[in-house]
Amino acid sequence: MGKWDWQVFLRDTGGGETYLRWMMSAWGWTISVAVLSLIVALVFGSLMGILRTTPNRFFVFLGNAWTELFRNIPLLVQIFLWYHVIPSIFLTLRNVPSFVLVVFALGFFTSARISEQVRAGIQSLPKGQTYAGLATGLTRVQTYRYVLLPMAFRIIIPPLTSESMNIIKNTSVAFAVSIAELTMFAMQAQEETSRGIEIYLAVTALYFVSAFAVNRLAALIERRVQVPGLLGAK
Amino acid sequence: MNLDFGFFNWALVQSFVLKGLIFSVELTIIAMLGGIALGTVIALMRLSGKPWLALPAAAYVNVLRSIPLVMVILWFFLLIPLFLGRPLGAETSAIITFTVFEAAYYSEIMRAGIQSVSKGQVAAGYAVGMTYAQCMKLIVLPQAFRNMLPVLLTQTIILFQDTSLVYAIGAYDLLKGFEVAGKNFNRPVETYLVAAIVYFVICFSLSMAVRRLQRKIAIIR
Repeated sequence: MGKWDWQVFLRDTGGGETYLRWMMSAWGWTISVAVLSLIVALVFGSLMGILRTTPNRFFVFLGNAWTELFRNIPLLVQIFLWYHVIPSIFLTLRNVPSFVLVVFALGFFTSARISEQVRAGIQSLPKGQTYAGLATGLTRVQTYRYVLLPMAFRIIIPPLTSESMNIIKNTSVAFAVSIAELTMFAMQAQEETSRGIEIYLAVTALYFVSAFAVNRLAALIERRVQVPGLLGAK
Repeated sequence: MNLDFGFFNWALVQSFVLKGLIFSVELTIIAMLGGIALGTVIALMRLSGKPWLALPAAAYVNVLRSIPLVMVILWFFLLIPLFLGRPLGAETSAIITFTVFEAAYYSEIMRAGIQSVSKGQVAAGYAVGMTYAQCMKLIVLPQAFRNMLPVLLTQTIILFQDTSLVYAIGAYDLLKGFEVAGKNFNRPVETYLVAAIVYFVICFSLSMAVRRLQRKIAIIR
């Protein structure tokens, strides 16, 4: 083991850049995968969560099936499905870059968890709110848009926050299909330099920083949109 | 592309997949039992009210929960040989990693379980002359376990799914078994598809069973 050697980050990778630069670009990939997956997850998760609370039995079944499907297959296996299986069944998808496939894999995986939270958020509202909305002449879509969803999404901000932090951690699984993100960097740089501890420490620190930043950002959003008069509000 | 599952037979399962399935199940069960035991100790430390016990326990849980599991697997694979002075197989390394890692998650569940037992019960235990250890062992922990059983089992299903991440250090688990089979028969698409179905069937039926258990427990309470 011996002494620390932090200078390893200034060494040249052989490709004309330092390990530090490589790590920063890997951090960029991690953040990009996380942000884009979160958008995919929020869109599909909200849609499926909403469907599960409608009175239409087909919609409920669709939402349930979606949630169970993406919740009960390990993320790594889902990433392999997107990367190896789907392009060879749907040949038109052959030229889609693996970055996009991973975004969809991680996004759909997370959408199952978000759908659970959206459903729970909507169902935690008293039934009277739906009836009141419908009774005043709003359509069902309008009731969701103006009555139920504004409350439900505020209620589920804390679980959505931890889901956003999870998504940053889960981007690490993308190493398996050679996305140049932080974990991939850690594995390769460790092998090339044999300074595993320094490399891993730096990468772990970057994961900490990213997750903490998400946490603070979510706290800010929570304060900005809080509902006056509720216990949580100041 | 045409899918062809003709090459899938019992001999293939026996020579490639079974070994991996056995390791995945073994890893899940050891990490569950070890993780719950260690997690319970950590939960008791956090609730002890003594800072020199509670702070290290809280740090353990918070640090492990903010690092991606893949990184934890890599860390242990790097560090264990440095401490032991000799290399350790990927499988053994995975078993140690998962036990330590899952303990952080199980301890949060056990902490919630212990806190769900009412204070009066502990007071009653002390009143009849029990020691702290007796109170915990005979009154609090049995109830905490039973109240938290569905959550502990749900966490175990997640644990089973996460065992596939030992891919990072090349351990031979269920997913690896399918992958090797796919390489040997040059049919990776079909084997990944079957792997997904197998994982789905196992995890879906387990989560159905947990849901039934939850309803039963809800009636008893």
